[in-house]
Amino acid sequence: MLRIKCPFCGERDHSEFSYGGDGSIVYPALDAPMQDWVEAVFQRENIRGMQTETWQHVNGCRTWLLVERDTMTHEIRSVRAAHPGVAKALEGSS
Amino acid sequence: MSARRLPGGGQIDRSRLLNFKWDGKQYQGYAGDTLASALLANNQQLIGRSFKYHRPRGIMSAGVEESGAIVTTGEGDRREPNVKATSQELYEGLLASGQNAWPNVRRDMGAVSGWFSRFFVAGFYYKTFMGLPPFEWGKGTGIWMQYEKLIRKAAGMGQASREPDPDHYDHAHAFCDVLVVGSGPSGLHAALTAARAGRDVMLVEQDFEIGGDYLNQSDAALISRRAEIIAELEQAGVRIMNRTTAFGLYDYGTAGLLERVSDVAMAANPHLPRQRFWTVRAGATLLATGALERSVAFANNDRPGVMTAAAAGVYLNRYGILPGQQIVVATNNDSAYTVAAELASAGASVELVDARAAVSAQQREVAALAGVQTRYGCAPLAVQGSKTVQGVTLANNGGAGWQAGDLMQCELLLVSGGWSPVVNLLSHRGIKPQWDPAQTCFLPVESAENIAMAGSAAGVWNLAACEQSGSAAMASLLGLAASHRSIVAGGWDNPIEPLYEVRIGEQRVKSFVDQQHDVTSDDIRLAHQEGFVSVEHLKRYTTLGMATDQGKMGNVIGMALMADALGRDISQVGTTTFRPPYTPVSIGALAGPNTGAHFRALRRTPMHNWNLANGATMTEAGLWQRSWYHARDAETISQAYVREAETARSSVGICDVSSLGKIAVQGPDASEFLNRVYSNAFAKLPVGKARYGIMLRDDGLVMDDGTCWRLSENDFLMTTTTSNAAKVMVWLEELLQLRWPDLKVHVSSVTDQWASVSVAGPQARAMIAACVEASTAVDNNSLPFMGVRAGKLNGGIDCLIARISFSGEMAFEIFVAAGFGPAMMELLWAAAKPLGGCLYGLEALGALRIEKGHVTGAELDGRVTIDDAGLGKMASTKKSYIGSVLRQRPELMREDRPRLVGIFPKDKASTFNAGALICQPDKVAGFGEGWITAVTHSPVLGHWIGLGYVAGGHESWAGRDLLATDPVRRGNVEIEVVSPHMVDPKGERMHG
Repeated sequence: MLRIKCPFCGERDHSEFSYGGDGSIVYPALDAPMQDWVEAVFQRENIRGMQTETWQHVNGCRTWLLVERDTMTHEIRSVRAAHPGVAKALEGSS
Repeated sequence: MSARRLPGGGQIDRSRLLNFKWDGKQYQGYAGDTLASALLANNQQLIGRSFKYHRPRGIMSAGVEESGAIVTTGEGDRREPNVKATSQELYEGLLASGQNAWPNVRRDMGAVSGWFSRFFVAGFYYKTFMGLPPFEWGKGTGIWMQYEKLIRKAAGMGQASREPDPDHYDHAHAFCDVLVVGSGPSGLHAALTAARAGRDVMLVEQDFEIGGDYLNQSDAALISRRAEIIAELEQAGVRIMNRTTAFGLYDYGTAGLLERVSDVAMAANPHLPRQRFWTVRAGATLLATGALERSVAFANNDRPGVMTAAAAGVYLNRYGILPGQQIVVATNNDSAYTVAAELASAGASVELVDARAAVSAQQREVAALAGVQTRYGCAPLAVQGSKTVQGVTLANNGGAGWQAGDLMQCELLLVSGGWSPVVNLLSHRGIKPQWDPAQTCFLPVESAENIAMAGSAAGVWNLAACEQSGSAAMASLLGLAASHRSIVAGGWDNPIEPLYEVRIGEQRVKSFVDQQHDVTSDDIRLAHQEGFVSVEHLKRYTTLGMATDQGKMGNVIGMALMADALGRDISQVGTTTFRPPYTPVSIGALAGPNTGAHFRALRRTPMHNWNLANGATMTEAGLWQRSWYHARDAETISQAYVREAETARSSVGICDVSSLGKIAVQGPDASEFLNRVYSNAFAKLPVGKARYGIMLRDDGLVMDDGTCWRLSENDFLMTTTTSNAAKVMVWLEELLQLRWPDLKVHVSSVTDQWASVSVAGPQARAMIAACVEASTAVDNNSLPFMGVRAGKLNGGIDCLIARISFSGEMAFEIFVAAGFGPAMMELLWAAAKPLGGCLYGLEALGALRIEKGHVTGAELDGRVTIDDAGLGKMASTKKSYIGSVLRQRPELMREDRPRLVGIFPKDKASTFNAGALICQPDKVAGFGEGWITAVTHSPVLGHWIGLGYVAGGHESWAGRDLLATDPVRRGNVEIEVVSPHMVDPKGERMHG
C-alpha cells in the first residue's frame, strides 16, 4: 500500500486516490494536427525509475495531483497539486 | 508410543478442564492447550493422512510450520478444513476430525495409493495422462480431464463447508510508531526499549499466549521475567495483540494482520466478529519472528512419532507432557542437548545421536548430567514401524559417506537438522535473504526501509543474546543507538554440521522433504534429472513449498538437495521468494463486512420509499435502486411495462429519474468550458434553454451523453447518464485542474441534491399545469421544446422545469430539492390519476427509448464513435473540442463500421435476445456483421424490436435477410434491420 501525502489533506492510503496517468504529457491544442494528438494519447514511455504521474484524491479533497514516483521502489519523491494556482496557495499556507 | 501428561509443570491452567471431540470420541484437555498438545496428552498419535500417498502422519512440530497434524474442525456451516492442530487453541466443545481419509485416519482405504507410490513421482499426472497412448489419440485432453477428476478426489486436503459462513468478519485500521512482530525474548525486549523511549508501540503475537520461547523454558526465573516485561508494557500503554498474525508486509510500513477472536470470547459475546483483518501503518517495524527447526530427509521420516526436537521441548515445558518414554534424539547442532536433558530429567529414557564427530566437554556434560546416552558421527537412516515408530536404524559416518549401523529401539524420534530463521516477512519486501554456511541457514539482510530483524529471526541462537538483540535492534531502528551489529548470528558452543539427507548410495526410499505435499528427496533429484534446475522451476514441477505451509520446514532441505545435484553451493542456488500470507488468511477475513447487501454501496433516490409505497418493484442500476415497474393487480413484468409504455404514449406517465448524474458547472468561463467538452456547439446556448450534448474522449470515441441547461449566464446544470456520473465528474475536474487551469469554472456534483422526475405523454403539459402555481407558465410559448425555467410547484416548492424528451413524447423533467421529492410525487400523482396516467419504471423507460432509437450505456459502450451511434450530424464542424481531431482517424471514418440500427423480427410473432450476433444466413461464423444491444416489446408496433449495430448501417442491408444468432440460448432468428427511429421518426409527438 502506498501512502500519498496530499498537500491539502495530509498523508493518506493510496486507496483514497485514483490513478490518472502519465503526468509528463503536454496535451496539444484542440485543433493541433492529428500526429500531435496521436503522440499525446497513444505513445507512452514505460519508465523504470522515477516518473511523474497524475493521481486524484478522489475520496478526499478531489484535488488532482502530480506525483513523482519510482516505479521500481514505489518511493514517492514529491506530491503537488496539479493546478498551479492551487499549488501556489497550498505552498503559501504550509 | 506412550505420551502422557505429567502431574505438574507447564503453562496450562490445570484448574480448567476442557472437553473436546476427536474423530467422534470425547477427550479432555486443559485451558492453555493446543489441540495437538491435548491429543498428545491423550496419547493420540495418528492425526492425519498425507496429501498424495495417504501415509499416516502424526504431530511433527508445535507451531504454524506443522505438516502432519492437519485436521478439520467444526461441523456444518462452521466446518473448517486444513487446520493445524499445533496452532489451534483448545476450547470447550471443540470438534476435530481427521481428513483426506476414509473411513478414518487410522484405517484409510486411500492408503493403497502408497503401494503405487513408485509411479507417483513428480510430474506423474502430466507424463502419464498427457503423453502416452491411448491418451494422445487426439482426445488426450478430454480423457485427462476425466482422470483428473478421479485423481483430485483421491489426493487433497480437507473439504470446506459448502454452506454460507454464519460468522461475520471485520476490517480494522491502526497506526503506530513501531510495530513489533513476535513476543518472544527478542520481541518483548524490543517492545520494552521502544516503550521506554516513549514510542507508540503495537506488539503482535500469532500464538494465544504472549511470550514466544519464554513459554518453552523450564527455568522459573525466565517465566517470571516474561510476566514482568508484559506488565511493564501494559503499564506503558503498549497495544499487545495475541492470536494475531502479521501475515504480510507492504509498502510504506503497511502491515496486514489477521486477528482471531477467541472462541471463548465469541461464545460470551455473539456480536464479536470471528476474525479481524487489520491494516496497520507503522513508522518502523521490528521483526522478532523467531526460527523454525528443520528436519532431515531419511527413510520414513514422516512416521507418527517423528517430531522436531524443539517441539518435544515445547510439549514438555509449556504443556506438561512427556511425549514418549523411550526416545532417540538425532541432531547436528547444540540446540537438541537441552531438550534431551530435560526429557531425561522428566523420566524418559533418552539417547542422543549427533552427526558431528565430537562436541565440547561442556556440551557432553549437559547430556551426561541428565543421564542421556550419546553417540557421535551417527544419524538416522530409516525409521522402523508402519503406523508408529518401533525403532530407528542408524547410519555411521565412516568418512567416505554413510554406512548402515545399529538398530535402536525407540517410540519417539526427535530430529534437529538445524534452524531456519523466519525471514518471510522481510522477503515480502523484495529482500532476498542470504545463505550463511556457518549457521547453515538463510539470514536476513539489511533493509533500506525502517525494518529490522532481531533474535533467532536474525540467527541468534541463545536466549540471553536474543534479549539483547531485541533491545539493540530497536534502539538502532529508532535512532537511539548507532548500530546493533554487536549482536551477531550464532551462539552455539560447537559449530553446526550441515545435514540435509541421510541415505546410503543410490538407495531409493521414501524420505520426505516437503511432508505436506508429499515431495520426496527422489522427486528433487528426478526434477534435476529432467532439467528443472532453477529453484523456481523445481518448486513448480515438484510442488515443493507450495502447500499451505509454504515450505516452512522443507524448503531449505529441498534447496540443499538441488544444490547437491547441481554440484553447487546453496548460496548459488538461491531461495524462492516468500509471498504473503505467512499463514493462510480466510476469504471471509479478506471480504470483511463487505458481503451480501454490503458488498457495495447502495444508493436510493429521494423517492425510494414513495415508489415502494406506490407499488414499485425495484431493480439494480449500478449502485442505484430504481423502480423497475409498477404492477397493478396480478400483472407480470411484461404486462406491466407494456401497459406503462402505452399509457405514456396515450396519456401521461411519471418516472423517477433522480439517479441521473447532475453536475453544476458555474463560472465566467463555463460556456467556453462546455463548448470544449461537448462535441456540439454550446457557446451560443441561450439562457433558459437546454441542449442535448455528446462528449467524446481524447481518442474520439463517445464518453457520455446528456442534457445541459443554461440557468443563467454563468450557471449551467449538466445531466449525465446514471452509470457515468462519477466518471464525467472526474473527467471535468481533470480538465479544469490539469489541462485548462486558466479557465474560471467550478464544477460540483449535485446528483444527490436534486430529486427529479420525467413526466411524459400527450397529457403531460396539462398535468403539470395543474401542479404549478399560476406564475409558473408551462404553455408552448413560455416553455417551448428544450426550454428551461425555474418556477414553483403548488405549495411553494421551488423547482426547475425543462422540456426534454427521452421517450419521444411531449415530456418534461422537473427537479426539486431532494427533500421535496416525495411531496412532488404526491402532487404529480394526484394530478395524473384523473387523466388515466401511470407511474412507470425502468423497463417501460427502456421500451420507450428503444422505440425512438435513443442510445444509452448499452449502445455507448466505449467502442463507438459519434457517427456509429448515428449522431454524427450533431457534432459541430465549426469548432474544436475534445476528441475532434482523433475522431477523424481513418479507421474511425470507415463506411463499413458497425452503425446503430433498429431490428425487427421477420416473423412478427418471434423474438430475439440482446447480446445476439447479427450474421448473414450463409455466414454464421466469427463475429458476424454486428450485434444486438437492446430488445423490447414495442407497444406501438405490436411486436418485438431491438437496437444494435450492423456493419455499414441499415441502408447497406435494406431488403436483405439476416439472422440474430445466439447459439447457446435461442438459436437463429430471422431479422431485418431498419432505421433506429422506429416510432415517430420526425419527432412530431415531442414537439407538439
